[in-house]
Amino acid sequence: MEPVYQVGQLSDTAFLITSIIKILVVFVGILVTVAMLTLLERKISAWMQDRLGPNRVGPGGLGQPLADGLKNILKEESNPGQAHSAFFTLAPMMAITPAMVTFAVIPLAAPLPTPWGLVPMVVADVPVGILFLLAFSSLGVFGIVIAGWASSNKYALLGGLRAGAQMISYEIALGMSLLSVFFLVGNVRLPEIVYSQQQMGLWFALPLSISFLFFWISAFAETNRLPFDLPEAESELVTGYHTEYSSMKFSMFFIAEYSHVLTISMLMATLFLGGWDIPGYAGDNMLALPDGNVVGAEPAVWKTILTLLMFVLKTGFFIIIFMLVRWTVPRFRYDQVMDLGWKLMLPTILVVVVVTAGTILALDTAGVEYGLAYGLVLTAVNGVMLAAFLLLMDRGRVLSGGFAMNQRRAQAKAVARFHKEEFEVGRT
Amino acid sequence: MAATVRVMKRPVRESSYMRATLKGMALTFKHMVSTLTTQKEATVRTMQYPEEKWALSPRWRGTHVMEKHDDGRPKCVACGLCPTICPANCIRLIPGEDDQGNRYPVVYEIDEFRCIFCGMCQEVCPVEAIHVGQHYENGEYTRDNFVYDLNRLMAQEHPVTQLWDPSDPASE
Repeated sequence: MEPVYQVGQLSDTAFLITSIIKILVVFVGILVTVAMLTLLERKISAWMQDRLGPNRVGPGGLGQPLADGLKNILKEESNPGQAHSAFFTLAPMMAITPAMVTFAVIPLAAPLPTPWGLVPMVVADVPVGILFLLAFSSLGVFGIVIAGWASSNKYALLGGLRAGAQMISYEIALGMSLLSVFFLVGNVRLPEIVYSQQQMGLWFALPLSISFLFFWISAFAETNRLPFDLPEAESELVTGYHTEYSSMKFSMFFIAEYSHVLTISMLMATLFLGGWDIPGYAGDNMLALPDGNVVGAEPAVWKTILTLLMFVLKTGFFIIIFMLVRWTVPRFRYDQVMDLGWKLMLPTILVVVVVTAGTILALDTAGVEYGLAYGLVLTAVNGVMLAAFLLLMDRGRVLSGGFAMNQRRAQAKAVARFHKEEFEVGRT
Repeated sequence: MAATVRVMKRPVRESSYMRATLKGMALTFKHMVSTLTTQKEATVRTMQYPEEKWALSPRWRGTHVMEKHDDGRPKCVACGLCPTICPANCIRLIPGEDDQGNRYPVVYEIDEFRCIFCGMCQEVCPVEAIHVGQHYENGEYTRDNFVYDLNRLMAQEHPVTQLWDPSDPASE
């Protein structure tokens, strides 16, 4: 039995005050982070291309987001005459609101003990946790589709359509890869997911490696970022769904995109990299209960601060990878995206879910205690599946250019043979 | 007619997306690291423009300069050759003559907007008064400001252009 530490529940007033403080801090923090992300992206792209990036505004270019924001606010806004004005105005709001709401359920650090009671470091610890998050992050695509439609612009419309198609093809793989996490945790509350990773002693990135990979791939599609940025494919669609948008409305789409990146990075850190867990340290394995008590280790202020730092580090890792990928990998063609989503990821993830569920069932039936050994068995099973998947993909049988080449070669040969026979028939 | 497109046989290993992606990531990451570390100077080629500038060629033909005598008078003798030769017709010259019979320009204006910077005015000038110069930052807020009058032409401080001499092609 895990030890329980009594901290005490917040009174109603204290709950109200702490909630308001948390909302303000998180909201401002998110906005500032998103602004900084735009700078970071430009900086990283510059570094990768042997450039310096913005370095004029403020020390090292740190004031650049501020200047950009100011510019976007002061800029003249042009509304196309053909556009449906109500939906045209509504679309950026619909894009930005879900992106801002999703941060509410992500646990940022270990619960904080205060003289007034226990403060969980999550803005709203809703019992439906991740379902809430998925529901809201999927709503973001409505903003894009409506923007595309309301613009009365063919490129914008195509961008919106693509966003919809892409969302449908990847949301399934995304949800499916989450199923394995739910099997293991048996709950959708994000703090519980963190706690069960701590109890296992392994972050889910290892025991659920293939789900992790698929979630990651879907995350790229979900955020409409580069290997999957079909909705705003600059080379074909001008800038896709926000072609007609200018000044602050455009800026809102921009903010929404970056806050999606931030959310999905935080979510991946929480689901698969142990959330705010400090690796190799058991003193932070704790779970706040609704009655103000803590199961596991004893909460402390310094633990909260350290775990917050850890969470920031993990999130930052994913953000950096997002940006590295964006400035390295070219965009998929539309049919390739659909192929990848429907023909490869969906069947694979279905198999993965069944195998993972079977393994968990077998482990439970065999009476294996939930812990490191449990995790290691799952790691082995998932490792085998991951290796098989990568081998299949890598050997040019499913996805690679080599496969397409082989196919085309065979086709060319068949055509050549056919014409040759015809020629000989004609001669005799 | 048989299909004549030759499909090259490629090793499957080299055409795998997975490895190519990882290879590309490694390359870009390497560049990022080398930009951020001590090799910055070797990697980054960015010129910090307003602070650093390209060295101009001695034959660079930019905005004009009017040479002047030590007492501040323009060297121009208002012979009228430059407005005659100017292919863009951008020089406006009204000549005048003083008591001793010395000719001088009453009005001498060059419309730098019309000028094509061919340098023929400098070539044709018998007293080496008008020159094109080694200068390129000519921003102005109005079009009128691009018409340089005599005082402005004399006030230009940038070095003048060394025109190419056909009899001395290597500038020796």
